[in-house]
Amino acid sequence: MADVALRNVSKSFGDTVALDTVTMTVRDGAFVVLLGPTGAGKTTALRLISGLERLDGGDILIDGRSVVSETPAQRDVAMVFQQYSLYPHMTVRDNLAFPLKSPILKTPKDEVKRKVEEVADVLRIAHKLDNKATALSGGEMQRVSIGRALVRTPSIYLMDEPLSSLDAKLRADLRVELKRIQASLGATLLYVTHDQIEAMTMATQVGVLDSGRLVQFGSPREIYEDPSSLYVAARLGLPRINALPAGLFAGAPSGAKTIGLRPEHIQHGEGKTSKVVRIEHLGDQTRLHLTLDGHDIVTLTNVHTDLEPGDTVAIQPRNALYFDAAGARIT
Amino acid sequence: MADIVVQNLRKEFGSFTAVQSSSFKIKDGEFFMLLGPSGCGKTTTLRMIAGLELPTSGDIYIDGAEVGQKPASQRDIAFVFQMFALYPHMNVRRNISYPLVSQGMPRAEVREKVAEVARILGIEDILDRPVGGLSGGDRQRVALGRAIVRKPACFLMDEPLGALDAEFRERMAEELRALHDRIGATTVYVTHDQLEAMQMGDKIVVMNNGVIEQFGTPQDIYDKPATLFVAEFIGSPHMNFLKFEASVAPGERAVQLHDQTLGIPALREGFDGNMVYGVRPEHVRLSEGAAYRGEIIATEYLGTTQIVTLKTHNGDVKARIASDQPATVGETVGLDFNAATVTLFDGQSGRAIRSELNERVLSNG
Repeated sequence: MADVALRNVSKSFGDTVALDTVTMTVRDGAFVVLLGPTGAGKTTALRLISGLERLDGGDILIDGRSVVSETPAQRDVAMVFQQYSLYPHMTVRDNLAFPLKSPILKTPKDEVKRKVEEVADVLRIAHKLDNKATALSGGEMQRVSIGRALVRTPSIYLMDEPLSSLDAKLRADLRVELKRIQASLGATLLYVTHDQIEAMTMATQVGVLDSGRLVQFGSPREIYEDPSSLYVAARLGLPRINALPAGLFAGAPSGAKTIGLRPEHIQHGEGKTSKVVRIEHLGDQTRLHLTLDGHDIVTLTNVHTDLEPGDTVAIQPRNALYFDAAGARIT
Repeated sequence: MADIVVQNLRKEFGSFTAVQSSSFKIKDGEFFMLLGPSGCGKTTTLRMIAGLELPTSGDIYIDGAEVGQKPASQRDIAFVFQMFALYPHMNVRRNISYPLVSQGMPRAEVREKVAEVARILGIEDILDRPVGGLSGGDRQRVALGRAIVRKPACFLMDEPLGALDAEFRERMAEELRALHDRIGATTVYVTHDQLEAMQMGDKIVVMNNGVIEQFGTPQDIYDKPATLFVAEFIGSPHMNFLKFEASVAPGERAVQLHDQTLGIPALREGFDGNMVYGVRPEHVRLSEGAAYRGEIIATEYLGTTQIVTLKTHNGDVKARIASDQPATVGETVGLDFNAATVTLFDGQSGRAIRSELNERVLSNG
């Protein structure tokens, strides 16, 4: 596989700027996740790298060579889409073998067989190889469509929300699976999602996109613990970070407009008095909805808390994050 | 305002039984969740309460009156569907006014009620906009507005947030619950999303294959699952299941798994045969000294916490631990289970074995 680099890549559709001078490198063997809400430019980035769209400005390098004038086939990338698009009249085996039978690749027959069986094994669909593609469950179909990318050894795998159409349980299983497959193959992967749990659990690096701009790039831990802006801080964390006026508590640095409090930044027992509005028992965690001087705060408490709506809790910040009027982090 | 009682409710579609024999009570003002995977009978149950389907047998009481065979129009309910069914050619105000106008309410009164609903939902600024250009969230608010404007005795909602994306769903769930707390109307809500059910519900009914598996408060269902199905369906990641075979007597406080003694809450009944030792990920701790060993095969960072997957003699085990605690793939470590939280299950039927932990909840049915 190979390093894939974007250098000041821009792309607009009419008046809409989809990507704005994005620079980043996906290192050989990395699992990079692009995270952002609908319309942030995630899918456009994938389509530019694969050659499905032409860029307006900048350069894309695969293994050090500029590929902007190459066709998608010459770029040698493998793409997995959100909606599994399998050939319904073919068996699972033929679906998986199809990319290898491309005239450019000229793969020998026994090599095709070996590859298909290896990938089917990894994806745990070996027992379904001779089924028709239409006789599979949704999860199995999506595994086949991921498998159709994995049979090849392209310079990079590009995946566009491949798990979003699956139900919660299957999504959780495939998250672990995909991470394991990527690690065991040493594959280079660029993965697009708006699901923060996928980004946090699978990525070696996360790139956060905001209206076409790459606003932060780093490990999930860096993004979570050391966000560069309020926008980034709000992308990760459940419950969401509480964004409150900085003056609500003493000790805000000068220029701070907003204090960002994650549950671990809120110390109970001392400080200002807040009122309990609601208690949510989620099983493994219990969320406490508080109100303080007219502001809503959501935090965590003991799973079997005795608190009830109407009770008061004293809270104060601990190692909180501060942001200026533009939303940039103050450190 | 209303309480709803469902008794021995059954629905057959030809030879297929969608709902076997359901009984539960919904108290006035409760936010009540019908939870289960697709095809479990939850939507059919809701549609029977609404009067959109007639039961094959059994009774439905709304505020004491039996309504099982009455049409929807004679029940004082409002239904909110998964797909926001708005009138596309009308603006927001006319969409919300529609149910009142069609009842023949005077115009001044309609205007007043619509204004009140718009204020509750925070959509006053979009009242005169066409519904076509609205975001998903605003459309769903308008659909809710149309339901609450009539002030019905109860709201029935069929996955109203199912079509929204993850970040937005979370926000709307909070909004919906806050709305419920303000107006206090009985709400029956269908979902397949366990987190949504835990987050919003006062009570949850968990259904599977047309049968009620468990009925209770979210925390009870989470801590004291009545069946393996419930233990697996609720919680993410779900409860760990360690399979073993043994004979246990009432009063016992430990079991033997792969030559290791593991604690359990005191049993209230005996059992002999295949069993499952069930423990939630947050009740598994990594501890050097513990004799029960596992090899770390994966870690998933989640911000405040991380999920560590370990390979053990009794299958894979997931632990939820603080994210600042070191855990390295490939390492072999000891595992400590919080005995007071453990549930044993009959490996064949999936039924929870009675113990001091769950006896109160299980005797409720």
